[in-house]
Amino acid sequence: MKLKQLEGLLGDLQQFHNPKVELEQYPTGPHIASRMLYTADFSFGDVSNKVVADFGCGCGTLGIAAALLDAEYVIGVDIDAESLETASANAGDLEVNLDFVQCNIGTLRWRGQIIDTVVMNPPFGTRRKGADMDFLQRALEIASGAVYSLHKTTTREHIKRAAIREYNAASAEVICELRYDVPQMYKFHKKKDVDIAVDLWRFVPQKNEGKGI
Amino acid sequence: MRLLTHNMLSCNIKGVTNGFPLKIEATKVIEKQVDLNVDFLKNMFLKVEWKALVEASRSMGYAELPEEADSSLLGSEEFLKKFHHALLELHLEEGALICPETGRRFSVTKGIPNMLLHEDEV
Repeated sequence: MKLKQLEGLLGDLQQFHNPKVELEQYPTGPHIASRMLYTADFSFGDVSNKVVADFGCGCGTLGIAAALLDAEYVIGVDIDAESLETASANAGDLEVNLDFVQCNIGTLRWRGQIIDTVVMNPPFGTRRKGADMDFLQRALEIASGAVYSLHKTTTREHIKRAAIREYNAASAEVICELRYDVPQMYKFHKKKDVDIAVDLWRFVPQKNEGKGI
Repeated sequence: MRLLTHNMLSCNIKGVTNGFPLKIEATKVIEKQVDLNVDFLKNMFLKVEWKALVEASRSMGYAELPEEADSSLLGSEEFLKKFHHALLELHLEEGALICPETGRRFSVTKGIPNMLLHEDEV
């Protein structure tokens, strides 16, 4: 599938009907989502034929993109039932198979080394401090191959340090810097829309000796 | 929810040590065909907890998987089809997942298990 085609399909997805500010629910736009997954697949081989999990999947954009790029099995995790319903509908519309699990990322407990790749656009931690780090920690515990994540460019040093020193990442690289176009969604938003500089990160977890393959 | 997902989920209540595998109570199961990918299946065979998969598929109404399996079976097309069917084509739409240690029920609605914990379980 070509990048433009992927971007087009993702642009048609339904987004949050009733966004909840305390969960930092913002749609991952088709421009960013398509480039993120395309890079993961073509540059690193982390999508096609792999088991992919989308943490904080919201309306399912990243997970659906993974499925469209031939991930063999995709699971979306989110705390919010409404978003998961929308995600389910979106997956149905594009005729891709995604499993969804409603769960708090902090209490997720998954067995084994089954998930190859985690893709995510986690909350930035503007409402609940440290939310972004919780997601990163979890992702590095669970993924056996790679983690792709978006974080504000302003947090770059902090993220790198935490990933390597605290969460045991074997490597943490910024693949590129993107502009995240946030539309005016919440009452406190003063501007019509705003561009935030975000880094697309690729983290590789330490290989767990003796566990799985 | 399909059984590869079930094979990863465990009860996440604080203090529970024996939370895997979750028992399945199936009220509604549907089947959706997908293409068989031999390499993927071989890869997954090494990672899944076999007994949990057998029990889970039986709870979903599919009793074709052998009790025990080793990698020599991966040469059999017959076996691969059954493995494929159990792992990837059975969908639990309505029902519950039950913690083997505490009996706590996690309901499954429209294919989505709700693993959210109550305050006293965290």
